[in-house]
Amino acid sequence: MSENSTNFIKIPDREPPINSIGWLAWIRHNLFGSTTNTIITVLFFYFFYLYIPPFVDWAILNANISGSDRSVCDANKAGACWTFIKVRLDQLLFGLYFATNPEEIWRPIFVFALFGMLVVPLVIDSTPHKKWLLMILLTIYPVIFIAVVYGGVFGIPVSDTGQWGGLLLTFALAFVGIVLALPLGILLALGRRSEMPIVRALSITYIEFWRGTPLITILFMASVMLPLFFPSGVEFDKVVRAMIGITLFQSAYTAEAVRGGLQAIDKGQNEASMALGMGYWRRTMLIVLPQALKISIPSIVNTFIALFKDTSLVSIIGLLDLLKMSQNASRSLDWNGYDIEGYLFAGFVFWIFCFGMSSYSQKLEQKLDTDRRSE
Amino acid sequence: MKKTSIPLHRNPKLRSLAVQVSLLFLVFYALFSLYSTTVSNLEDRGIKTSIGFFDEIAPFKVGYSPFLDFKLGETTYIEVFFIGVMNTLLVAILGIIAATFLGFFIGILRTSNNWIASKFALVFVETFRNMPLLLQIMFWNFAIFLAFLPPPKKSIEMGLFYLNSRGLHTPLPVIEDNILSFIWFGIIIATIIGAFIFAKRAKNNFERTGKSVPVFYYSLIAIFGIGFLSFFALGKPLGVEIPVLGKFNFKGGGQLPLPLFSLWFALTVYTSAFIAENVRAGISSISKGQIEAARSIGLSRAQMVRMVILPQALRVVIPPTISQYLNLTKNSSLAIAVGFEEVVAVWANISLNQTGQALIIIAMTIIFYECCSLLTSFILNMYNKRVQIAGR
Repeated sequence: MSENSTNFIKIPDREPPINSIGWLAWIRHNLFGSTTNTIITVLFFYFFYLYIPPFVDWAILNANISGSDRSVCDANKAGACWTFIKVRLDQLLFGLYFATNPEEIWRPIFVFALFGMLVVPLVIDSTPHKKWLLMILLTIYPVIFIAVVYGGVFGIPVSDTGQWGGLLLTFALAFVGIVLALPLGILLALGRRSEMPIVRALSITYIEFWRGTPLITILFMASVMLPLFFPSGVEFDKVVRAMIGITLFQSAYTAEAVRGGLQAIDKGQNEASMALGMGYWRRTMLIVLPQALKISIPSIVNTFIALFKDTSLVSIIGLLDLLKMSQNASRSLDWNGYDIEGYLFAGFVFWIFCFGMSSYSQKLEQKLDTDRRSE
Repeated sequence: MKKTSIPLHRNPKLRSLAVQVSLLFLVFYALFSLYSTTVSNLEDRGIKTSIGFFDEIAPFKVGYSPFLDFKLGETTYIEVFFIGVMNTLLVAILGIIAATFLGFFIGILRTSNNWIASKFALVFVETFRNMPLLLQIMFWNFAIFLAFLPPPKKSIEMGLFYLNSRGLHTPLPVIEDNILSFIWFGIIIATIIGAFIFAKRAKNNFERTGKSVPVFYYSLIAIFGIGFLSFFALGKPLGVEIPVLGKFNFKGGGQLPLPLFSLWFALTVYTSAFIAENVRAGISSISKGQIEAARSIGLSRAQMVRMVILPQALRVVIPPTISQYLNLTKNSSLAIAVGFEEVVAVWANISLNQTGQALIIIAMTIIFYECCSLLTSFILNMYNKRVQIAGR
């Protein structure tokens, strides 16, 4: 047998043609694939050539960062004035009170660091006991935040909320919004899917009412009408008023995010637990909610991103959040005329947080999409 | 067999009824007590809650009111409200038109197979949707336009459009002969209706015989041709008013003062980033098989786009885009930061501070936005019903 069969010797594969591999082929395919493609590429390169080099010159190469007053920047108008941001950084991040009392500045730094220590492990996939970390973040952390930043306990001097500002205030408003709106939103979402018609109607009215109104109107309402709602003598300070407005507003959006999760749960889950003889609350707390909340995390994060951006509206009712702080700083006598730098810095800080959160929520969405619906 | 009776407090129907009635009672009691405390608090401050102030003369100036003549000392509060509403609607409509075009353009770039174009669109989207809109409005208005746009004498010319530090000045059509322009509009509308009837007939004909007519081009030629011919036949019933440089600024034509222009610009850029994401999602939701199938039955590229890609992509794109239109309308309330006189600025802020009628003024503002919101969800539901895939 073996004498008759021919021996096949494998010749090594030929190299693919030179113009179909490597970076050259990539460029040909992705930038100059067709005539239209080539025109688009050339136009974009021209556009970049016009605008990017001057911007880089202004923002980096010619920029000023040394010194501590405006004389450096005024001497070199061709570049951005980052000196201004450097000098005012404490104010922009922590507000007036902590910027003027350097011995107290550990307090905002401490709460930010603690927040980072709690959030970073939450984002990493392999961390054990995430549930407990999240619980600590949502329950114990706010208490620590108030104790350390507001003070008044353990001999920590009180910092008046009227003096809160900068990123610290932005963070506090957004955090309060999410922590208080979450339970409220879950209740509303359950109410909207309830079998009791009156409960359902009330929940729908509440949710649609807040969702239909712009936040700025709600903040006006909170700052003008809240004192009128209560018998005279009951006083709220400005920050608390804004927090109440934001919480009511945010709870409606959280409710819609949670409802999306509730709708995605198979009816059989509820029916099976009913067959086991569980009552409504046990069914909801043990079977339905744990699954629904997990699914709705990405949308909850998305509503949180929107809220984080929207906290900047409190600057219109006179609170000194990050945006207002940088605007004020660039309109102060010392730094008048450096608006662009102020807005760019505030925008950059907002961008980092929002972009980080949205990337995380997209990653999570892909991870949770176990049946690959999106492909 | 003995009938088992359920104790009253365990009867599910009774329990649910009790819960609902007590909840309803609680909510109404809370609302009523809030209302009465507010009214009495307002009375303590010397403000009697009534709509009597509507007919009072507004003691402040509203600078921009293109649809209603504002006269200081004559215009009443209720007219101020309508000026605000119309200004909101104006910026909303301008923003919706511009954001749709820009959003679709960026979204299509995003799905382009040109690497640099798609990455540019990605950077555009991620930059503008991850920064607060208020910050963007202020940035464009204070840091860029106010600082860098030239004074009126050195305006930037773009055809008949002039841009300077006071705002954008546009040509504006003016009616020169009422009756003739009315007739002209009538002719145009009749032609458009005719085009629709023609399209329907052509479709029926196509389904019966398989012969297709380029309906779109025929209609376009008909509408433009008849429009132009009748325009000249009627002796140019419409004129164009062109802005002319006066002593301090441009006069005549359409005026978009700088706050309105900045607001419009920022709303357009911000919203278009979201619309671009919707467009990208819509286009990438079409499975490859659809395109391959369309090719294999011999559709031309234009037919494929029109009959296979667009109907499926738009079903995904349009609902979230309509929600973005509502968001844009609500976001236009941020105009207060740059001083454009829309409903929140002129009504919920200035008028409220002047009259103290907090309850009525805030309620009217909210009702206006709720109407916009209801209208949007009504349109959305209609659309969803129309495009729903039947039989699933």
